[in-house]
Amino acid sequence: MATIVEIDTTTNSRWGGGVAPMNVSYGKLMMWFFLLSDAFSFSALLITYGLIRYSHPAYQGAVSEFEFSTEYWPIPEMVFEALPFLHGVHAPLIFVGIMTFILILSSVTMVLAVEAGHRMDRKAVIKWMLWTIIGGLTFLACQAWEWSHFIHGTAEGTVNAIGETIYGANLTENQYGPPLFASLFFFITGFHGFHVFSGVVINFIVFFNAVVGTYDKRGHYEMVEKTGLYWHFVDLVWVFVFTLFYLI
Amino acid sequence: MSHEETNNIQVIPEDKEKTKKIWKVAAILAIVTIIEFIFAFTLPRGIILVSIFLGLTVVKAFYIVAEFMHLKHEQKALIWSIMIPTILILWLVVALMVEGTAIFNIRN
Repeated sequence: MATIVEIDTTTNSRWGGGVAPMNVSYGKLMMWFFLLSDAFSFSALLITYGLIRYSHPAYQGAVSEFEFSTEYWPIPEMVFEALPFLHGVHAPLIFVGIMTFILILSSVTMVLAVEAGHRMDRKAVIKWMLWTIIGGLTFLACQAWEWSHFIHGTAEGTVNAIGETIYGANLTENQYGPPLFASLFFFITGFHGFHVFSGVVINFIVFFNAVVGTYDKRGHYEMVEKTGLYWHFVDLVWVFVFTLFYLI
Repeated sequence: MSHEETNNIQVIPEDKEKTKKIWKVAAILAIVTIIEFIFAFTLPRGIILVSIFLGLTVVKAFYIVAEFMHLKHEQKALIWSIMIPTILILWLVVALMVEGTAIFNIRN
């Protein structure tokens, strides 16, 4: 005797099977839940930062008289105040601000690529994907410079508790403040930078597929949407890193 | 062969309204970032400034997720599946900052 499965479509038909209940494709839904789990990883790092930062002593004096010391947590705008090609110019947070704008702009060009994909406009998708890749690469270049500057440190260095002069920062010592400050800087911006890097690689694959006409043959540009979600997430994480690491 | 296929694709003309809206959201994000910059250098450092920064960050996150990632225009079930865990971890960020202060006070 054959078993007949009856699907009750009269009650609760949205979740009764046979339709996508959230009205998004499998791939997009899985990208959303991947991003949610990725948000957990990033928040673990940022929560650690918040906990460690506030369990260290803060600098008490006036901002204008701030000096580096391994005894207290530094004011971030005093650490990140250099610009490429302008040695010795005190420009607090300007470079990070530029990096933020670059990433927001590349997010905008990504939305425009997704929008062009909806219209099946291959040429526009190629154009906007290319801008997005350029934005991502520029951001990575800026971050490379920032890391290099952070690692090499200032010309004067900082004298630590046992009288040694420290120049720059690595995972064991740090001229700007407690060693944990440098470790967290490397972990958080490094983890984010690696996301940007993989995003650029994925964006390039999508760009290449758009150029050779893969999505026209497939009949839709959903792949641009999925990579778009990932790219916006990278931008979103930077918004939080910017606030928690550079502003607070 | 394949080229002829691609040539048959119907390209829908651009909707200026949609593009305008995208750039409008970008302008909002830029303006909020500039406001954060101004506050960073003009307001005294302290708990009020930290609260303002976190608030403005949530504003920026809202625009990115709602408009750029299009979540605002999805089904309610998807919106809440993403938002409920996110709200919980945002609470944890703030909670453990407070906890960090408590650890500092106990140590000293």
